[in-house]
Amino acid sequence: MTSTATIKAPVSDERVAIKSTLAKLLGRPEIGALVGAVALFIFFSAVAPVFLQPGSIATVLYGASTIGIMAVGVSLLMIGGEFDLSTGVAVISSALTASLFSWYFSMNIWVGVLLALAVSLGIGFINGWILVKTKLPSFIVTLATFLMLTGLNLGLTRAIGGSVSTPSISTMDGFESAHAIFASSVNIAGVDVKITVFIWIAMVAVASWLLLRTKVGNWIFASGGDANAARAVGVPVVRTKIGLFMGVGFCAWVAGMHNLFAFSTVQSGEGIGNEFLYIIAAVIGGCLLTGGYGSAIGGAIGAFIFGMANKGIVYADWNPDWFKFFLGLMLLLATIVNLVVKRRAEQK
Amino acid sequence: MKNRDITQDTLLKGEKDPLTSTPVHLLELDKVGKHYGNIIALTDVTMAVDAGRVTCVLGDNGAGKSTLIKIIAGLHKHDEGTFSIFGEPRHLNSPREALDAGIAAVYQDLAVVSLMPIWRNFFLGSELTTGFGPFKRLDVETMKQITKKELQEMGIDLRDVEQPIGQLSGGERQCVAIARAVHFGAKVLILDEPTAALGVKQSGVVLRYILQARDRGLGVIFITHNPHHAFPVGDRFLLLKRGKSIGYYNKKDITLEELTAQMAGGAELAELAHELESLGGHGDVVAEVEAEVANTEAHRG
Repeated sequence: MTSTATIKAPVSDERVAIKSTLAKLLGRPEIGALVGAVALFIFFSAVAPVFLQPGSIATVLYGASTIGIMAVGVSLLMIGGEFDLSTGVAVISSALTASLFSWYFSMNIWVGVLLALAVSLGIGFINGWILVKTKLPSFIVTLATFLMLTGLNLGLTRAIGGSVSTPSISTMDGFESAHAIFASSVNIAGVDVKITVFIWIAMVAVASWLLLRTKVGNWIFASGGDANAARAVGVPVVRTKIGLFMGVGFCAWVAGMHNLFAFSTVQSGEGIGNEFLYIIAAVIGGCLLTGGYGSAIGGAIGAFIFGMANKGIVYADWNPDWFKFFLGLMLLLATIVNLVVKRRAEQK
Repeated sequence: MKNRDITQDTLLKGEKDPLTSTPVHLLELDKVGKHYGNIIALTDVTMAVDAGRVTCVLGDNGAGKSTLIKIIAGLHKHDEGTFSIFGEPRHLNSPREALDAGIAAVYQDLAVVSLMPIWRNFFLGSELTTGFGPFKRLDVETMKQITKKELQEMGIDLRDVEQPIGQLSGGERQCVAIARAVHFGAKVLILDEPTAALGVKQSGVVLRYILQARDRGLGVIFITHNPHHAFPVGDRFLLLKRGKSIGYYNKKDITLEELTAQMAGGAELAELAHELESLGGHGDVVAEVEAEVANTEAHRG
């Protein structure tokens, strides 16, 4: 006596299955970068056997982390529809602030470190605030900040310290503890891994959580995808954008502190050009230059690709002169792969 | 007795049940006007919106339709007349105030972010969260379920609320925007030319959603320049021309032909027919326009 009425339709929608797991995976923003990273890893493993040694991998990861820490903030900013050209010198500004302030006033280094945090967040705030107030493109606003910071870095360092580099702070109060936090190494199974690698991974995890599982993440995607639409439904676009620039400032502070405590002195003219490396990492990682699409993990994979290429060329005994050429080629290939993969995934 | 008078005044012939209609209008505009500097954008407009009714605002480009919805949606303040919400005269200062009063506008561009998944768009700006403090997170599952359910109630069955909203058709996107407004407590729904950019079939889909929204008890303001879209779904028709009201009808008092004629204006149609003829226009088209002219005149006579 089985009546037909008892046979219920399946609860799940059978049409969902049409979009296979593979297609879903291919729809992820970072998939192009992941494929590229795996290919590059296999390639360098083949041409340079030393590349696979744990010590080499730790070195590659360290190289990746110094770019990757900044790429976290830059990726989020790019998803939010803006980019920042002042990041490279902002890292140095942060390091200079901590170093020069503590040295000049002979204070505990941690006072300088905290002041540097305030200054870095302040630079981010000013970038964002000018951007939303003037409605100028971020290219112009942050290009101006880039030039001004470059000048300030050189000018103030010479005016305060009397030289183009800061005096060494390695004997000052608080250096040991700050060094332990920002520039030490952790021994894992006989291999020294720089602490920045762990800071980097933690920052990527927090950024991914923020982006995918919080309101703020939703607002970042919406602000970058369509700011007017976002505003119309009540998203605080202005606060989101300023917050993103301040997030970049925070990353610049972390990177700057590592610079300072790894070398105990800072060259005031450094950092110029690095802003492009961060942007490249984000773009290779699948962040759309026009905003609204991307992921924090993508930026991390982009940074890892950078680290592999940078060190892999050395391990393969090639002339490092060619590095920039490969970086450019990879940027081009990665963006094309991203484009193709994305289009294919969207066709269901 | 006052309420009763209003009720009788507003009740239309053929209403399902007088008891379910609101004694006070959801919205009421009385001789409302708006000018920008010395340009008069809107003058002397009177209309009402009731729960479970569709008020259509018809007019050609530049007739003042946008100005009218901007006043109702809180983007602009009116300068003349009274604009009452639930019988209380108001001046809205922002779209947020309008939303808080239960007035939601669905614009042509729909305010959706095309690269974002449907469910994220649905809850954008009003996200549901779970957990406390630093572990406060989006309640993804609940939001997905509500999105699917609300869309199903509007008669749209989506495969996957995770797909980017940009992949939906124009009609489906309209539906998401309408369902979103309904879910977040809108009592009055303003639809700004929802069928303007759509094909015949998609327009039909949207018109059905308008009726769905009406049947769920919303007061709908349907802005359009197409009388063929307005007539089947509307209960009241406000005709605008050059910022002035040229007619306000209950459905029982007007036919589709009259509505079309009022909108185009008989004399202007005749002029158009002549012009087309002199330009050597296609015979069929001219004949059609001429038939329209004859039709209009017959009705006037």
